[in-house]
Amino acid sequence: MKRQLILWVPFAVFVGVAILVASALFAPADRTVKSKLIGQPLPEFALDPMIEGKPGLATQAFATGRPRLLNIFASWCVPCIAEAPHLMALKEAGATIDAIAIRDEPDAVAAFLVRHGDPYRAIGDDAERRVQLNLGSAGVPETFVIDGQGRIVMQHIGDIRAEDVPEILAALEAAE
Amino acid sequence: MIAEFGLAALWLAAALAVLQLAMAALGLWFKRPPITVRAEPVEALSFSSEEEGQHLADASLRVDKLNANGRGDAAQQLFASIRPVAIVQGLLVIASFGALIALFVRSDMSASLVVQHSHSLKPMLYKVTGTWGNHEGSMLLWITILALSGAAIALFERRLRQDTLIATLGAQALIAIGFYAFLLFSSNPFARVLPAAPEGLGLNPLLQDPGLAFHPPPLYVGYVGLSVAFSFAVGALVTRDVGPAFARAMRPWVLLAWIFLTIGIAAGSYWAYYELGWGGWWFWDPVENASLMPWLAATALLHSVAVLATRDGLRAWTIVLALVAFAMSMLGTFLVRSGILTSVHAFAVDPTRGTFILLLLAFYIGGALALFAARIGAVRQGKLFEPVSREGALVVNNLLLSVILGIVLIGTLYPIVAQWMGQQISVGPPVFNKTTVPIALALFVVAAAGPLLRWRRDETRALVGRMKWPIAAFILGGGVVLALAPDAGIFPILGLGVAAALGVASLAPLGGRNLRRTPLHIYGMVIAHLGVAVSIAGMASETAFSKEVLVAARPGQSYAVGPFDIAFAGVRPTVGNNWTGVEAVLVARKGEDGRAVALNPQQRFFASPPTETSEAALSTHWNGQLYAVIGQRADEGRWQLRLWWKPFVTLIWYGALLIALGGLASLIGRVRGKRTAKPEVRGYVR
Repeated sequence: MKRQLILWVPFAVFVGVAILVASALFAPADRTVKSKLIGQPLPEFALDPMIEGKPGLATQAFATGRPRLLNIFASWCVPCIAEAPHLMALKEAGATIDAIAIRDEPDAVAAFLVRHGDPYRAIGDDAERRVQLNLGSAGVPETFVIDGQGRIVMQHIGDIRAEDVPEILAALEAAE
Repeated sequence: MIAEFGLAALWLAAALAVLQLAMAALGLWFKRPPITVRAEPVEALSFSSEEEGQHLADASLRVDKLNANGRGDAAQQLFASIRPVAIVQGLLVIASFGALIALFVRSDMSASLVVQHSHSLKPMLYKVTGTWGNHEGSMLLWITILALSGAAIALFERRLRQDTLIATLGAQALIAIGFYAFLLFSSNPFARVLPAAPEGLGLNPLLQDPGLAFHPPPLYVGYVGLSVAFSFAVGALVTRDVGPAFARAMRPWVLLAWIFLTIGIAAGSYWAYYELGWGGWWFWDPVENASLMPWLAATALLHSVAVLATRDGLRAWTIVLALVAFAMSMLGTFLVRSGILTSVHAFAVDPTRGTFILLLLAFYIGGALALFAARIGAVRQGKLFEPVSREGALVVNNLLLSVILGIVLIGTLYPIVAQWMGQQISVGPPVFNKTTVPIALALFVVAAAGPLLRWRRDETRALVGRMKWPIAAFILGGGVVLALAPDAGIFPILGLGVAAALGVASLAPLGGRNLRRTPLHIYGMVIAHLGVAVSIAGMASETAFSKEVLVAARPGQSYAVGPFDIAFAGVRPTVGNNWTGVEAVLVARKGEDGRAVALNPQQRFFASPPTETSEAALSTHWNGQLYAVIGQRADEGRWQLRLWWKPFVTLIWYGALLIALGGLASLIGRVRGKRTAKPEVRGYVR
């Protein structure tokens, strides 16, 4: 009897593996890499200014009592062009937007802002992506909603589309 | 017309597969042992005289015999015609695959597959290889090899008991039917687009590389070749014929598949090494693992088949391995096609296809394992043996290979489990290296000792005596590394020691033999084990001694990389027939007056579709390779360069070639030699 049961072990293992991969097939993985810092304070950082005439960005700038947006972008990033008008819309709706430019050069960023609009209060230069990775952001563009105490309350992965704007404004309002 | 011809050939082949299955099933049904209790009801009737009853009983027996004969004849006729059916099926599929190649060669833009994956301006080589550089074409290649394997069994297999052979061909047909259905109903490679497209959408420039173009076919032969072992196992389970004769019949087919898998994996590894430009030769990518798992199972199978063939032991285990090996190759196909794991290779992410393959997988492998559980009890237990013996070493080999296989399987599937628990995890090289390397090292020690053991029973002390030179080599090899590079880490030091020991031990079975009369399969084993030693030496040396330099190089400057000085003269534009690019001008020199070696790593830009690729420059020396990659442009006219000196890295692939060569020698020896029937029974001879 015991030997009989042992003989079914390969079959049982196989059924387990089949169920496992079937589950992955029918419930595809959420491949977006979410930051583990949601609800946590921003990590410490201090970035030099990216372009002349705009300040750089440091953690202290965020704990001012008012919520704001932190946009991660780059001049070489095509979806960043697509989201530029919606960032402008957010700014016009009253949001303060700070930015971190990833692996970028001053001339390119200046040209990008001239062509696609400039919604930013400050732009920090993160040439080595160190701050971006510390934030738990895996790609460009991403946008974080930061509350008045400097805590991350929301992460938007990918470009902001027109339909995302109300949601982000609502999150800003909720973070007041 | 070519597309329609190809499709028609495919349908006909599918029909023949159904016929082949039906004939095998009917034949085996007719040939089942006649029921022997037929006389009973006669006795149960009461007859006036015993004689009369006896007459009737005789008559009934005679009729029964006649019936049995009639059924036997029918079975014989079915059996006789099943071989031609399998052969014609193979020919039809070849014709179908040929038709698809013809469509690609002629750039027939009315065929949807050609439009999607080819372009009239592609070099001819890549038009041809583009045939299998996509989902539909590669599945057609898959089934072509499957049908050809079936035809090859029908043509060449003469050692197997007839009913087992028929059951094997039936199982082969059953597998084929599933894949014909998959192609015909969900991935038709011959679909037309009307009106014809003006031009194709191009082959991914990353795929325009001879290494990539040629590494999938041997892998496929290996994957699908394992279907033969699977069919043999199913056939043997159906007829309960598991024994040495069965093992000897199956062994050449397993060897053949295993040789191709070895070559395919080695070629894939070398391709990744020079094409991806990361300087690594194994990344534990899910798709690499998908090719490694069947190889591990097939390697274990090769060794357990040896025990079954020579000593009639490990019957049930050998059958399980044959089933698992093909299960792994189907699982590999599934993982690649369904895209459930993130991988650079996942080229056809499509849940419908994934579901189809999963259903086939569940049906064939689940069915076979259930058949195994139900039937193997009816197979007599094989012969037993002492723990210290050749068989014992082979069992340890099998256990260690299975453990590695288990780790790779769990590591590959773990991200799915983690996802259930709401975590995103990728299992990477650090985990795989830490877990598999120690077990692999133990495995290599067994590989050194195993061939020095006698079959059935041996003395531990005698073994230690025979191992004195390998042990000395271990101490010498490990000691040299410890002296030269004390910080190399424990694994590379042990690795080089074990490589030295295995290298010496692998040659030992030739000691004391008349080299000209030594059977070819012994040479096969010696060469393959030596290849393993060479390969480990390459891996350990690359890990321990590689020198890497990452610089933002200014033109005119020179950088020391290992024993070389590499001077960066600047960059220059370069053009190919469908790309433009920049290449770095580097000159490497060993010492002041060494020979100058030019290295020109490139960045290439393809226009359609817009893609950027990096081409590493390699310079091979007897004792290693220089490896240069050009990266982004930095400020002030500087360029990022990544330069490596990788001592003896090439041994990894030379070793793999030796392993495959050993397999080939063994295969030839096994197929050719009746003369060398069972020499290994003698075991180790001094």
